[in-house]
Amino acid sequence: MSGDEWSVLALSLRTAALAVAIILPPGLLLAWLLARRNFPGQSLLETLLALPLVMPPVATGLILLRLLGRRSAIGGWVQDVFGADIVFTWRAVVVAMAVMSLPLLVRGARHAFEAVDPRFEQVARTLGASWPRIFAELTLPLARRGIVGGLLLAFARALGEFGATIMVAGNIPGRTTTLSLAIYGHVQLGEDDAAFRLLAISVTVAFAVVWASEWFLRRSSVR
Amino acid sequence: MKLTLDGLWVLVGGFSLALDVELELTDHVTVVCGPSGAGKTTFLETLAGLRRPSAGRVQLGDEVLDDPAARLHLAPPRRRIGYVPQDLALFPNLTVRGNLLFSRRHDPVHASGPAQIDAIIAVLQLGTLLERPIAGLSGGERQRVALGRALISTPLLLLLDEPLAALDTELRETLLEYLLRVRDELRVPMLYVTHDARDAAVLAGRILRFAAGRLVAQGGPEEMLEPDPRAVRWRPAPKGGGIS
Repeated sequence: MSGDEWSVLALSLRTAALAVAIILPPGLLLAWLLARRNFPGQSLLETLLALPLVMPPVATGLILLRLLGRRSAIGGWVQDVFGADIVFTWRAVVVAMAVMSLPLLVRGARHAFEAVDPRFEQVARTLGASWPRIFAELTLPLARRGIVGGLLLAFARALGEFGATIMVAGNIPGRTTTLSLAIYGHVQLGEDDAAFRLLAISVTVAFAVVWASEWFLRRSSVR
Repeated sequence: MKLTLDGLWVLVGGFSLALDVELELTDHVTVVCGPSGAGKTTFLETLAGLRRPSAGRVQLGDEVLDDPAARLHLAPPRRRIGYVPQDLALFPNLTVRGNLLFSRRHDPVHASGPAQIDAIIAVLQLGTLLERPIAGLSGGERQRVALGRALISTPLLLLLDEPLAALDTELRETLLEYLLRVRDELRVPMLYVTHDARDAAVLAGRILRFAAGRLVAQGGPEEMLEPDPRAVRWRPAPKGGGIS
């Protein structure tokens, strides 16, 4: 593997991991709320969460570009406070990945939470436990298989993210070029050998991720 | 200790539970009987704070637990009412010890101290089970763990929802003995939901009969059970309604 290929792989893994790490806490909270609570605006929230799944990723990317550009409210604020750009940097890659993979994480985790018998939480309440600790000690461990599944899907989606990323982060070699973007770029330039090498890397990474999660689930179910 | 249900009104879907009664709970087991759909479980869940009444007032001793008119609903952790549901809901990711000491970890101020915990473990003979996972326990062992877990939280009142329904006759009798020991040695007031007149004959100090969400009769076991000791049965409900 060449140095360029390494850096493409490293950037992809780093940004995807960061994106999933960022969406994990709010994603779990949203999933739990949707699974266990009835609140006003619930169906609106569900619809908003599903949008990135059903909209063309390029359209989502365009929205992000408008929201995060230097002249936008959010982009301008980040520029003022942190002195950093979002769009066309690795940060935009992370944002695009996070937005696109959040719905998958929330869906997986929500089903996992729904599968946990609410009786456990009710009885834990009568035993004097607070909601946050019930969540940490009962609900989360009992739902962990489904959550890991959702996390894996979210990570895979983040690694494979293309449309939104190219809109909001561009395809800048060494800065925002992820595996997907690099494969596309090589094919565009007729560099089939390079494209196939990256394809092989993609397959290997995907295989490793799935294998690792299977291993984790088997180990955790034995306990 | 007195449990006061003052114009209590609980709605669950199309079903309503309406109770207006004062119960003296101290030092005995109060058995709640009645056909399926009579509102027995809804009654326990309301007392445990897992359902909010639409109207009326629930008071245990000096503490008002529910009073929707005053927007008062005491959360389950603050009620100190133990609840053993029919399915027990033992936490499958914890060992027997983890289940038993759950309230000790989460509410150390109110939960039993070490000496009391040892006493409860001794009464229920749980000492040899402590490190076992929940998945490997027998039906009777599970019942005892669920009972111990609720008792260690030192409830002021213990609610038991058909705790012996799933057990065979022999095991029932063993567990009834455990319940009698809990009643006599740990002296925790209990509300005990059952279909089975035999349980009531062994345990009950007082019997409440529910039907269609109303209290239709109440009395001591001598009034509520047939006197024939060879075939313990409920006495038929009196004609012309009862107390509500």
